[in-house]
Amino acid sequence: MWARAARLVLRAWAGGRRGFTSKAEPQESGRVTAEVIEHLERLALVDFGSQEAVARLETAIAFADRLREVDTDGVEPMESVLEDRCLYLRSDNVVEGNCAEELLQNSRRVVEDYFVAPPGNIPLPKLDEQESFSQS
Amino acid sequence: MAAPMLRGCCPGRRWALACIDHSSRHGRGAPTGSRCSGKRGQSSVAPQHLATAGKPRKGEHEWAAVVGLEVHAQISSNSKLFSGSQVHFVAPPNSLVSFFDASLPGTLPVLNRRCVEAAVMTGLALNCRINKKSLFDRKHYFYADLPAGYQITQQRLPIAVNGSLAYSIRVGAKRSQVINKTVRIKQIQLEQDSGKSLHDDLRSQTLIDLNRAEGQLRVDANISVHRPGEPLGVRTEVKNLNSARFLARAIDYEIQRQIRELENGGEILNETRSFDFKLGCTVPMRDKEGKQDYRFIPEPNLPPLLLYDSESLPAGADPQQVVNIDQIREQLPELPSVTREKLVQQYGMLPEQSLTLLNEVGLLEFFQNVIKETRAEPKKVTSWVLNTFLGFLKQQNLAVSESPVTSSALAELLDLLDRKAISSAAAKQVFRELWANEGKTPAQIISEKKLELMQDQEALEQLCQATLEEHPQVVMDVKKGNPRAINKLIGLVRKATLSRAEPAVIKEMLEKKLSS
Repeated sequence: MWARAARLVLRAWAGGRRGFTSKAEPQESGRVTAEVIEHLERLALVDFGSQEAVARLETAIAFADRLREVDTDGVEPMESVLEDRCLYLRSDNVVEGNCAEELLQNSRRVVEDYFVAPPGNIPLPKLDEQESFSQS
Repeated sequence: MAAPMLRGCCPGRRWALACIDHSSRHGRGAPTGSRCSGKRGQSSVAPQHLATAGKPRKGEHEWAAVVGLEVHAQISSNSKLFSGSQVHFVAPPNSLVSFFDASLPGTLPVLNRRCVEAAVMTGLALNCRINKKSLFDRKHYFYADLPAGYQITQQRLPIAVNGSLAYSIRVGAKRSQVINKTVRIKQIQLEQDSGKSLHDDLRSQTLIDLNRAEGQLRVDANISVHRPGEPLGVRTEVKNLNSARFLARAIDYEIQRQIRELENGGEILNETRSFDFKLGCTVPMRDKEGKQDYRFIPEPNLPPLLLYDSESLPAGADPQQVVNIDQIREQLPELPSVTREKLVQQYGMLPEQSLTLLNEVGLLEFFQNVIKETRAEPKKVTSWVLNTFLGFLKQQNLAVSESPVTSSALAELLDLLDRKAISSAAAKQVFRELWANEGKTPAQIISEKKLELMQDQEALEQLCQATLEEHPQVVMDVKKGNPRAINKLIGLVRKATLSRAEPAVIKEMLEKKLSS
């Protein structure tokens, strides 16, 4: 499941902005470059943290790659495991809300019923500014 | 969090600076959006403009610009797109927020039926093909007013595609000529809106209110330039455009900026810029580092959205759970283009007049009320409403609803004019008085100011005779054949009657006397 998600993520990244139907391939050797790792870390705010983690990612991708062995010629791609389910339509009535006090308890800092956030996104340090584990 | 939103996109039409080229090429894929709460205007389109901003320089006529608009409009509904929280303008911060809106784990989106209907209706009004199956996706990015870290949208397969909008604009020196244009609508999609951020620069923090985003109608413009015949150039996205005027200025500026940059050997970055309306220029936005990667994935919690028409409607289906496109089509109100055409046919007005009538809030209703209550000719009503009435409104910057003159008062005035109880000059005067003295009726003003047309033919004849005798020189001019001299005499008689005689009647009488 996680492997599949990672695969979709890589495909989306490799395929650029054209959504996730691109056919771009990851490296043949199965290595994931430091550049890709940095990009993923920036996009998803995950921290691979170690070479072992990257190796695990590469193994997962190799595992998922075995899906290619299936012949899908002429098979309609499945977009969602929910494709046979009915999408429930809710009536346009107000039935929720009015729980600001409860919600604000989740926030470390609150100012007059507003959540408090930093002034903008705090950028991650760049690859060369941080110690890169892949080089150690 | 987010109120529901419809996003629609008009792909750019290509136009060169010096001439208007109507061919359209594929532009940006941004749909018109409507968010929950107050759907106003569906798509906004970049106004046509000829060569503007700055003197034409060498080579400028060889550039073509492509403009695509992403319009975000909020849907008018009671509750949000994916939750049952209220959609309301003014409310204490975070008071209209459910657990789902706050992105608490374990919550799921539940689609609002009314929003689906609104999207279908918008698609139909814009001549789109309604996709009987559409899908929801997640668009990931980080920002404090998007607590989930993603926005649910419809990127792959939106609810409506391939529409068009026909519109009219005024051109010419006096903006009196009307030309018709069309813009393509690439797609319309339903999507969540974000919350609202209030930037507190003093304390270096941002305050987040997840009730709803700001602005019921927002437009982002995507702009690129290229040489005709060559591939499309790199586009930039300009955000923070809050009015049609800023939209036009920002697009003008950005096109010029890109041309200048390229002509100087520079390159255009695929970046997001915002419009500084004080300086009249676009600037790169902070917080946006290079090209965004949104990592689109299918929304795992929502099955495909299926729509039906009368043919495909499954028998015995719960009406609450199905949306019938044909039924919604029947509920479409009369579209403006149809109304305008009817006005032209029914009242013999010019297309540009019907355009003006529909472009002013409340004016059409006012016009129709006057028509109902008066026996004057429709053309007269049209002229009075569009010239006199509207003129006064514009002069004092008033809306139709704020007018001191009611449609009944104007109808009464036009009746009196029609019956020839007063002259047209007197009618104008009465109108001015009506405007200044709310509450008085035309009849009152006429009797107070003694503006009734003279009914006494003899008295008028005597005045004409007296005028002729007092101005022998002018009489000579008339007899000599000077065509304008008679107007002078008419004017003199009119003044003598205190505007209580029609110029045409005076002229006839004078001519009779002069020829005898």
